[in-house]
Amino acid sequence: MKIAPNLSPAKKAPKFEDGSSLRIPSLQILNQDGSVIAGATVPDLSRAQATKIYSDMLYIRMLDERMQSAQRQGRLSFYMTCTGEEASVAGTIAAFQPQDMAMAQYREHLVLRYRGFTTAQFMNQLFGNLDDLGKGRQMPVHYGSRELNIMTISSPLATQIPQASGYAYGQKLKGKDACTLCYFGEGAASEGDFHAGLNMAAVLNCPVVFVVRNNGYAISTSCAEQFATDGIAPRGPGYGIKTIRVDGNDILAVYAASVEARRIATQEQRPVLIETMSYRLGAHSTSDDPSGYRSKQEEQIWRDKDPIQRMKNWLIAQCWWTEESDTDLQKSYRTEILAELKLAEQRDKPPLGDLITDVYKSVPTHLLEQFQELETHIAKYPDHYSV
Amino acid sequence: MANSTVREIGNEPKTSKMNLLQAINSGLDIAMATDQRVICLGEDIGQFGGVFRATSNLQKKYGNQRCFNTPITEQGIVGFAIGLAAQGSVPVAEIQFADYIFPAFDQIVNEAAKYRYRSGDEFNCGGLTIRTPYGGGIDGGLYHSQSPEAYFCHTPGLKVVMPSNAYQAKGLLLAAIRDPDPVIFFEPKAIYRASVGQVPEGDYEIPLGIAEVVQQGTDITLLGWGAQMVQIIKAAELAAADGISCEIIDLRSLLPWDRDCVAQSVTKTGRLLISHEAPRTGGYAGEIAASIQQHCFLSLEAPISRVTGLDTPFPLIHEKQYLPDHLKIYEAIVATCNY
Repeated sequence: MKIAPNLSPAKKAPKFEDGSSLRIPSLQILNQDGSVIAGATVPDLSRAQATKIYSDMLYIRMLDERMQSAQRQGRLSFYMTCTGEEASVAGTIAAFQPQDMAMAQYREHLVLRYRGFTTAQFMNQLFGNLDDLGKGRQMPVHYGSRELNIMTISSPLATQIPQASGYAYGQKLKGKDACTLCYFGEGAASEGDFHAGLNMAAVLNCPVVFVVRNNGYAISTSCAEQFATDGIAPRGPGYGIKTIRVDGNDILAVYAASVEARRIATQEQRPVLIETMSYRLGAHSTSDDPSGYRSKQEEQIWRDKDPIQRMKNWLIAQCWWTEESDTDLQKSYRTEILAELKLAEQRDKPPLGDLITDVYKSVPTHLLEQFQELETHIAKYPDHYSV
Repeated sequence: MANSTVREIGNEPKTSKMNLLQAINSGLDIAMATDQRVICLGEDIGQFGGVFRATSNLQKKYGNQRCFNTPITEQGIVGFAIGLAAQGSVPVAEIQFADYIFPAFDQIVNEAAKYRYRSGDEFNCGGLTIRTPYGGGIDGGLYHSQSPEAYFCHTPGLKVVMPSNAYQAKGLLLAAIRDPDPVIFFEPKAIYRASVGQVPEGDYEIPLGIAEVVQQGTDITLLGWGAQMVQIIKAAELAAADGISCEIIDLRSLLPWDRDCVAQSVTKTGRLLISHEAPRTGGYAGEIAASIQQHCFLSLEAPISRVTGLDTPFPLIHEKQYLPDHLKIYEAIVATCNY
């Protein structure tokens, strides 16, 4: 598996490598109209699973639209959408098993939806209320669930990458049929933790699948200003990691690559890198306005490659879906999301005591003292500090 | 040796003469033998046993799956260890010198320290222990001498421990490895081999967060941790010749620290001197001084004294002049008692 250095003498004149000989193609199976590219192999996907994947993509599109509006109305402090990249996330998570750990960046809430996170759970986190699993401690979209094997999101970029390698090593030691799925963006791949995590995964043979969502932008910084090479994929072989690039808007390509990636990770006990080529159709977050750094024409090119539309076209061609069922489902999702949103924003906030728990397993004395001082002070000015 | 805070496992422990490194090695050995989940990782720690030999023979004994070399990437080592801990292992990560812990600062401060809190206790990395040799006295210059404890004591969610002798090193290390929160364990490399004592061969723990009163006294309380205890004890001997009775406290755990023990002592002696090798400004002595003046204000007979390194990078040629040695501490004892 490890490659020994090639010490055979080079002939003739000095020849420097610049990576241009390593052009990694992008796997594509579906055309935008839903037809299968001639000669392409369609992965084995049942009707039930295909419609589940599609429904979850549609749900996240609805959720993102609704919550973005809620933020604009001032009901929510902050939000981030997955719009345009739904197939990159759905196609990967669908190829993994419930026992596989998923460590995400912050734009992959489809992972939670796919594994059964409820609308109420999304809303409770977004509003940081009493029922938020994270106890109201993190900004919106920092979801996590032990029950679903989805690591809680943290804002610092790329920190989850070496952690995923370590998590996967632990799974390997326990001899489980399990691996770790780790997401990040092409911008995060510039962080040192990317290098640290991929190199360690390769050297220590960790069953981890890295998914880099190349969506063209890190806030306002385009790929051209992020790296000088052809995307992230060429770095994989440099670490000794099996690597594939896929059309991230093609659900079948993403899924086919992910099924094989999981097989390699768990059976060969080694890491895999998948680069999904897509586009962040929305803003970086609700605090961002892309009109300052990219054109409407550029966005339109990618709107025309919408991954949800492409999958719908394929499903309809399979006779597994209709426009009517699509409209009905959208309507029912909108109703559910709106109802849960209203409930969640009215729910009480977490108790003040949650301020000092979970810093340590048990609350240390000095922290208890500080809390007692705080309570005494708040008791004096209850109106000022009411939540 | 006699110490009421020690929880011995079994009666009449068999002891043998060990230096601080051997005690660390013995602690790691017992941790790995008693818990299959314990994993040692770091640069050169495998077959070679670490540049200081703290992990000698562990790979041979427990296999290269549980004791292994990593690439040279401190952020990778700590990030990897956090992942291991989150998965249910009990990683003991070695950072070869505390001077090189800074590439891992983000993983320690933003990740390990906040893992439990930010997830609402859905996840934690409490199994994590980071071992790292710190401090001067080895002609190490800027980058093999630093004492970076204060950076980490400023981070809620971490525990910070610094043993000062072989006996403490083993007992505190075993407690740190088994503690349910992430611990940074600073090892005083200057006395790795110089600190020799009788150490139980078996399993024992010294609880974290509890200081040790090394010597009872009535005139002044001397407080320190790690290798600095050697200088403090020497200074107290000089002061004793002048008729000054020093109470000596070894803090052992810096976060959380045993304020009650220090406050009780200062209430009795009326004077406090704190000494550490790290630079003065922002050093941990400042936090202790502020806390003790608040709790013991009416008992204090003199300003709290700090004997520390200078606010410079760690020097090479002038290491001897820079270090807060026994003579500097002795002078500060006299000045404080004559205030």
